[in-house]
Amino acid sequence: MSTSTVSHAHAGFQALAGRSLGFWLLLAFFGIFAALGGLASLYMEHNGHWVTGMNNQVPWGLPHACAVFLLVASTGALNIASLGSVFSKDDYRPLGRLSALSAMAVQAGGLFILLLDLGRADRLVVAMTNYNFTSIFCLNIVLYNGFFAIVTTYLYMMMEPRLERFYRPVAFSAFVWRLAVTTGTGSIFGLMVSRMAFHSAIMAPLFIALSLSFGLAMFVVILALLQAGARRPAPSDQLQHRLVVLLAVFVAVSLYMVVVHHVTSFYSAERRDFERYILFGDGVYPILLWVGFGLIGSVLPLLILLVPVPGVGKQARLLISSVGVIGGGVALMYAIIVGGESFPIDLFPGKLASSTFFDGVVGTYTPSTPEIVLSFGGFALVGLILMIGLWVLELLPSRRDTQTPGRQS
Amino acid sequence: MSESFDFSRRGLLAGAATFAAATIAPGVMLYAQSAPQVVSAKSRWGILIDVNQCDVNCDGCVKACNEEFGLTGSNRPTIDPQWIRKLTVTDPDTGNSHSFPVMCQHCKHPPCVDVCPTGASFIRADGIVLVDRHLCIGCRYCMMACPYKARSFVHENLKDQKTNAPRGKGTVESCTMCVHRIDDGRKPACVEACSSTGRAAMLFGDLNDPNSEIAKRVASVSTSQIRADLRTDPAIRYQGI
Repeated sequence: MSTSTVSHAHAGFQALAGRSLGFWLLLAFFGIFAALGGLASLYMEHNGHWVTGMNNQVPWGLPHACAVFLLVASTGALNIASLGSVFSKDDYRPLGRLSALSAMAVQAGGLFILLLDLGRADRLVVAMTNYNFTSIFCLNIVLYNGFFAIVTTYLYMMMEPRLERFYRPVAFSAFVWRLAVTTGTGSIFGLMVSRMAFHSAIMAPLFIALSLSFGLAMFVVILALLQAGARRPAPSDQLQHRLVVLLAVFVAVSLYMVVVHHVTSFYSAERRDFERYILFGDGVYPILLWVGFGLIGSVLPLLILLVPVPGVGKQARLLISSVGVIGGGVALMYAIIVGGESFPIDLFPGKLASSTFFDGVVGTYTPSTPEIVLSFGGFALVGLILMIGLWVLELLPSRRDTQTPGRQS
Repeated sequence: MSESFDFSRRGLLAGAATFAAATIAPGVMLYAQSAPQVVSAKSRWGILIDVNQCDVNCDGCVKACNEEFGLTGSNRPTIDPQWIRKLTVTDPDTGNSHSFPVMCQHCKHPPCVDVCPTGASFIRADGIVLVDRHLCIGCRYCMMACPYKARSFVHENLKDQKTNAPRGKGTVESCTMCVHRIDDGRKPACVEACSSTGRAAMLFGDLNDPNSEIAKRVASVSTSQIRADLRTDPAIRYQGI
């Protein structure tokens, strides 16, 4: 891929030229996998969900883990834009436009998976025209739609110098809205009184903390791909240093919140059985939590970020740790959602229950191929939207402006 | 010129009126022939299950429900729908054990209704909790939110459906308390089966009617609701747990 400054470009920003073979091959790659995700959904819709691993005991599976990961990460991908505007950190300003597009692309990927996993995905119109406002799901539909509207406006404000006076109010609105969106996503689980795995006031702040690290990690990977694929210049050393510190802080905060969540749950006698199951049980979930999120997604990235290794630059450390955070994040979401569901619902606390409907039994779930393809399709859609967005809009800072703060961003 | 215009306008209006009449008339006729029994908040239908009367070896209620709604499994136990199931509950300290049916508890404050994004899960004026199959988008949030594990998702193509309660692939379903029978002045299929093939452990009636047998029983003997601590106030009560 290569970039070129478009003649009518606003000062300091340019679009992807989209002339290279690499650009089109990557675009085709993302397009094909996004389309395969759509086909996987059609396959599930045509045959019924029995072709998936999901069942009446575990109604949500891998697609939900990936979708929720992307939805959480999307609001965090807006971090960079917010740092430049709301928190007046000029170093980040040139990357504000890319941050806003990334936020929308990642959210679209998450919603793509969530929507196409519905039993009746064809009823999107029903979901958009029938609202039950006691439902946090329903409120989330409003919050997600609002997120697109506000971030689109925010992006427009960044690109239109004549509207500069509206820039900060819109930026502040986007920041507040992204907090509301993540609160809503966390509350899908936090407000669920029926399952002790989820019902907790800490879920919303936990998800906000996770969004900071997941979103920044996604953004770092996007930056690295652009640098490698489009031969974009590396961020300045000062900006790299800021990103290293920022990601380390976000990862530490996320780990802290997850630890607090489990420690406080352990304190309550009624939750101990679940905590023993999810942290020390025989299933895959303790491995996902300890090795996936704890080691690969938190401790190793922290060590890589905070302990300099001779010969390994900041950029490489940022990229490696970000990939770890993303992998650990998906593992955490899988453990929270699927692990939480698989623990039997306690109709009679303190008693042993059994039935032909698997009462008292740990639910089983193995992701099927269509679910894996659909989930991958969501990530591919993120890439597709990003590439098209960067191709048609002037969102990338010019080489000069990656080294110095942009005037308008 | 103007005459022909007037003529065509007159024709257009007449045609529109005919079309409107043809469109509205069937609806009016349907409305005129609405159900004879009016659903009212004066009633709250409920079932009292005497756990001590329930035979551990009897599943007449389950069979009757499956027959009533055509719930045929496909030998995939984890996805086969179960609107009612026999639960065996044992006290691990004492070994005391009971077996009894559990179905949708028809809560007064149903979590499934709270979480449903489209309003497909709803509670009727008489307390029966139902799913509008036309509004359900198959998100399964209600299955996640139900504290009683009472809901099933239709994972497969359906065939030989009963007209009592049309079902839909890709939507969620649960016990309707045989609302079609109640509206017809009859008892739910499980209650009827329990009387005929079991030990009559299930008593159906209007909890709001002080003269009903069920209201008199719950007033005179100790009964309980499953997970009463959640304050969902189920209409299914148990005696002897």
